Amino acid sequence: MFDVAVRVSDLVVERGPVAALADISVNIASGRITGLLGPSGSGKSTLMRAIVGVQVVTSGSVTVLGLPAGEAELRSRVGYVTQAPSVYRDLTVRENLSYFQTIVGADPSDVDRVLEAVDLASVHKRLVKTLSGGQESRVSLATALLGKPELLILDEPTVGLDPVLRRDLWGLFHSLADSGLSLLVSSHVMDEASRCHDLLLMREGRLLAHGTESELLTKTSAPDIESAFLSLVDGHAA
Amino acid sequence: MSIRRTMATARRVLTQLRHDPRTIALLLVVPAMLMTLLAWILDDANWQRYAPGLLGIFPMLVMFLVTSVATLRERTSGTLERLLSMPMSKADFVVGYALAFGILATIQGIIVGGLCFTLLGLSMQGPTSLVLMVAVLDGLLGTAMGLFVSAFAQTEFQAVQFMPVALLPQFLLCGLIVPTDQLPSVLKFISTLLPLTYAFEAMQKLARNATVSSGFWADVAILVAMAVALLAAGTATLRRRTV
Repeated sequence: MFDVAVRVSDLVVERGPVAALADISVNIASGRITGLLGPSGSGKSTLMRAIVGVQVVTSGSVTVLGLPAGEAELRSRVGYVTQAPSVYRDLTVRENLSYFQTIVGADPSDVDRVLEAVDLASVHKRLVKTLSGGQESRVSLATALLGKPELLILDEPTVGLDPVLRRDLWGLFHSLADSGLSLLVSSHVMDEASRCHDLLLMREGRLLAHGTESELLTKTSAPDIESAFLSLVDGHAA
Repeated sequence: MSIRRTMATARRVLTQLRHDPRTIALLLVVPAMLMTLLAWILDDANWQRYAPGLLGIFPMLVMFLVTSVATLRERTSGTLERLLSMPMSKADFVVGYALAFGILATIQGIIVGGLCFTLLGLSMQGPTSLVLMVAVLDGLLGTAMGLFVSAFAQTEFQAVQFMPVALLPQFLLCGLIVPTDQLPSVLKFISTLLPLTYAFEAMQKLARNATVSSGFWADVAILVAMAVALLAAGTATLRRRTV
């Protein structure tokens, strides 16, 4: 078996009267890409926030790289990209990355490395607000790559990107996983499932299934993940 | 807290401003313009009477607005959450902002003060350097208040409207309109709790006395203590974990 990067036990997050996460327990393998799939509102972002340690949780525990989530030491070991790009729109691409590079304590040359990695070297002097939405979200992604993160939590990083870029980014994710990083990547597009090593299917704050794509397809005898998802939902309802 | 991260934050805030020349112009020109207008509408006796106090009030007002909107933007854009999920202390963030806006308050003070003491013929008995110091301190107090208040605003629209709530009562009670010792006793007591009262009083002492009294330094000490307390309160409103 694989080493565990993230261990979630009996996690409950209540937001007002509704449970955003209802009793989730899961181990996320290290050195692999785990896809977190589910419709919008299924609790993907909340689970990711709990792993990063920025979410107030009601009960349960989350252990990340052997430490309680949110521990100070983890702040330089976990990279987090929110769904909405969180960068300074009134700074240039390079100014953003240079600032965050100082905060993370990475080497200044790291800025050029991550610019290349997300294919933004040609626009490094542009103000972020003049970029396209896809470029802006890649600035946000580049920020999380600064330094030496061991775990990357990426919330819908490929939304709105053209297919070529999407393929390139998944190529980047795989090369990062090959070098030993653990990645948790969320998506509401089921066809990204085939690009992940492991899959977590979520719906309405609950975990529907956890396994590799072929395991889930075999288990549900479905032709694709979308159908597998539906059959799991029907199974739960029954 | 780390000096490197604090300085990087101050530099980043100033870089953002550099990309926004219109805001810089407004910050630096508006107080000067208002003082010019005041000099124009008042006769010399009244100008000499009101100008020193206002010299302390304008920087606070402007810095309050800029800070509350800027930090609210950090909260709503997700950049604050990102920074706090990185190896960054809350103090790095707050002191970084205070430094950046402190520099701006200094430039603003030099411009407004320079204008008042030369072209507008304001004469104050105390040393000019102390006038500038009090003006910068007032600007920092505005920053501290803006930071604190931005925690209670959910939108920029609300943040702007906190300005009259937080500052206008202080403006009415600080002694500029009615001397504090002539206020009804309840209001007089309240005025002793408000930072602007000490800012106004410190400027008045510099205007009247050539020698710097211990009373002046007491006002300055209270101002510094209030600025530090408000910055600490502002820091406490930053949360690493949110719902």
